[in-house]
Amino acid sequence: MLKSWKVRIGLSILTFFVLLAVFGPVVGGDPRANDIQAISQAPSFQHLFGTTQFGQDVLAQTIAGARGSMLVGILAAVIGTLIAILVGVPAGYFGGAVDNGLNFLTNLFLVMPVLPLILIVAGYVQGTGPFVIALIIGLFGWSGGARTLRAQALSLSSRDFVLAMRMVGEPHRRLIFCEVLPHLTGWISAMFLHGMIGGVMAEAGLAFLGITDSGSISWGTMIQAAQQQSAVLRGLWWWFVPPGLCIALIGTAATLVNFGVDEVSNPKLRMARRSVVVRTRKVAEA
Amino acid sequence: MSVLTVEGLTVEYVTGDRPVRACDDVSFELRRGEILGVAGESGSGKSTLITALTRLQRPPAVTTAGRIEFHGTDLVGLAPDQLRKLRWTSLAIVLQSAMDALNPVMRVGAQFVDVLRTHDKTLNSKAAWARAAELLGMVGISADRVRAYPHELSGGMRQRASIALALACGPELVVMDEPTTAVDVVMQRQILAQVLRLRKELGFAVVFVTHDLSLLLELADRIAIMYGGRIVEIGTAESLYTKPRHPYTRGLRDSFPPLRSELRTLTGIPGSPPDLRDPPPGCAFHPRCPDRFDGCDQQRPGLVTIEDHAVACRLYPSGDDQS
Amino acid sequence: MLTVLTVLTVRWAFLARRLGFYLAAAAAAIGLNFLLPRLMPGDPSSAIVEELERVSGQQVPAETLLSIRAIFGNPHANLAQQFADYLRQLSHGDLGVSVVNFPVPVADLVWQALPWTLLLVGTTTVTAFAIGTLLGVVAGWKAGSRLDAILTPFTTFLSSVPYFWVALLALWVFGFVLGWTPLSGGYDADLPQGFSLAYAGSVLHHGVLPAATIVFSAFGGWLLGMRNMTVTTVREDYVLLAQAKGLSPRRVMFRYAARNAMLPSFTGFAMALGGVVGGALLTEIVFSYPGIGYLLYEALQKRDYPMMQGVFLLITLAVLLANLVADLAYVLLDPRIRARG
Repeated sequence: MLKSWKVRIGLSILTFFVLLAVFGPVVGGDPRANDIQAISQAPSFQHLFGTTQFGQDVLAQTIAGARGSMLVGILAAVIGTLIAILVGVPAGYFGGAVDNGLNFLTNLFLVMPVLPLILIVAGYVQGTGPFVIALIIGLFGWSGGARTLRAQALSLSSRDFVLAMRMVGEPHRRLIFCEVLPHLTGWISAMFLHGMIGGVMAEAGLAFLGITDSGSISWGTMIQAAQQQSAVLRGLWWWFVPPGLCIALIGTAATLVNFGVDEVSNPKLRMARRSVVVRTRKVAEA
Repeated sequence: MSVLTVEGLTVEYVTGDRPVRACDDVSFELRRGEILGVAGESGSGKSTLITALTRLQRPPAVTTAGRIEFHGTDLVGLAPDQLRKLRWTSLAIVLQSAMDALNPVMRVGAQFVDVLRTHDKTLNSKAAWARAAELLGMVGISADRVRAYPHELSGGMRQRASIALALACGPELVVMDEPTTAVDVVMQRQILAQVLRLRKELGFAVVFVTHDLSLLLELADRIAIMYGGRIVEIGTAESLYTKPRHPYTRGLRDSFPPLRSELRTLTGIPGSPPDLRDPPPGCAFHPRCPDRFDGCDQQRPGLVTIEDHAVACRLYPSGDDQS
Repeated sequence: MLTVLTVLTVRWAFLARRLGFYLAAAAAAIGLNFLLPRLMPGDPSSAIVEELERVSGQQVPAETLLSIRAIFGNPHANLAQQFADYLRQLSHGDLGVSVVNFPVPVADLVWQALPWTLLLVGTTTVTAFAIGTLLGVVAGWKAGSRLDAILTPFTTFLSSVPYFWVALLALWVFGFVLGWTPLSGGYDADLPQGFSLAYAGSVLHHGVLPAATIVFSAFGGWLLGMRNMTVTTVREDYVLLAQAKGLSPRRVMFRYAARNAMLPSFTGFAMALGGVVGGALLTEIVFSYPGIGYLLYEALQKRDYPMMQGVFLLITLAVLLANLVADLAYVLLDPRIRARG
């Protein structure tokens, strides 16, 4: 899998941001410190990314924002993936009435418009810190994953070895944990990655909508603050460009990993790579 | 008079560090109305041969050498629009699984109509649909099924429909890729009988590719045996069955139950087909060969014609062994 | 004949099952809308009444009080009684009264905002799907070509950029730096509303940038999905056979490859159409565009609960309806659905 350059680049970017989130705030300086001498300044040697209208260093904020955004992303992914496993795997494994009920629930969450729903819930729940935001994102974002896991568990549980062990009287719990789940690790980790990126994006969206408590720092709250202070209309581009770029980079990294994994698992896509096509043409013309 | 002459056909897959040669120096000739069977295990290069013959290969497969002459025209160098005119009117194909070969979202009849009208611009829609129904009738499918979707037909019907489809524009040559593997034995017999009957009526030639040698013994006029991308033995069906010369052909014959003669003891061929990414030196069959002797792992034998058929094995020396 | 009959019954059984699901989903959405304010701590209906009286400076009429209680909870009635009142209220199309715009009914405000959203997001969703799908087919058909090698990585990046950030950037460049487009709103407020040329022109002028940003950031997703599906489909036997038949490349590409490759995309498209009603939330907020999304945003900012509930219900029902229509259309597009059920 690491042979694919797409996977390698994607993973490098993701690792970089994870390291930034973990260690960045130690070296990044205080994101909340106000430098009254430097208000709304363009990038300079003093402030590499410029300053906000409150005289805060944008670089320090971007680094601190990495922790805020990634934290919500990872938490949301953990919650979403857990629910997806709890709903999807039993539905596919047991089938019948269990499946009917759980599948209905999954489909219900699939068709519900998630963003407005989150807005309404967040509107009633006042004061939303990163944990509540992650909880809400996870609670409403599991349905796609559950559908995939259901389909996979369904095909696994009809395989001969699982059927045979069922007939021998192996307990369901043991079968699910020792036979079904280990076969799904690939799917689950892809889903986790997907959930994390989705979480980062959703957090940014929610922060932009003003739902996140503005005391916490994340890429989303940075863009939201810039928007609130009309940074666009005053030309303070350095305020909202870096956090947006960071989100875009993480998203691209995840897409690259997904693409690379797809190419490894689907030979049809592998045959369509440019390197293969160009090499074939060269041989054909020679 | 020969319809098709293949000479030195070589196809390579350009993946990884070095090209994989899936068809190596393949030559044969096909006469009008003749059925040539091509038999081999999976990985013997027979599927590659089909896509190369019909010029349907896609990257990373490339024809690196050889000629495919159809009535004197070399298909290898032919421009795409020239080739398109020859397709189906002269050269048609039946694929292994009709379920996959028919467009699932188009009515069966419509898949006849589009090819009929592409190659005959004067045909109107109504006449084309009537002709589609007629073609289906030819293989014993009732005319009202012309408006059915592929999934609404039974497996055997689909397979017969795709044979009828191949004959829609009156081709001289039909390439068939294991068209009977997806159906049961009874249906298989029916389809083969139908192919033989239609060949008699319409006079097309067939290249019939399969892994099942016993089936070819029933059907084919001549048989070519492929191993490791090369033809190792080629001759009339009868002489190949009664006097197989290549140890591989013998092994292949003895690993299938005969369809009509008395039972023999079945023996398989030990070992597995060669890895084409890293083919064995010398004769590709030598690691599995019961009759190998000194030099088989170094010298690659060429085809030698003995009486009524040709074989590539060092048991029959020709003097021009390639090393 | 018998098979034709079974095919038809299978098809109807499929549709009936889907219809059942959507009815259940609609019931769940209405139930959720009913329960949400009642699950919250405190008594939302009293809070709303107090807020109304504070804003308007007068006593809330008895009729309005009843309607608010029906929707947000009545402390003097049990839950079953409340649900019956709630349903009766809904069946009259009564979504309550907006707190902020008292005494305008929520339903009126929603109906005012709806055409704006339908116009902006409807046209852009269709455009983005058309462009993305077409380019995706071409990129997938010629996979590995130079076009594919440029378009695919570019759109990969594009589809990872948060939409509202693109919108902000566009607003900054085209509205602020270049001054080509207005900075906010959906029309020129100085012009009288109506079917005048000047008014239509101002609507177009205000709509261009929001529309362009939606298309710009949405087409990439369609392109990538369609490209990969096309690459996979092109290697299917039926495409190979279509080429062997000597059909024109265009016919093979559209009737055989694209026609099959777009089936999964189509489901996504139908869902996106359902999302039209609520989906442009972020666009409308960045551009202060007077549609449904902006309405919801404003309601959220000002804690206008009746408005929030009303808009949410409308969005949900629209999404469900669009999904149902999509299922109907899918049956026509994919004949196999009848057999699969």
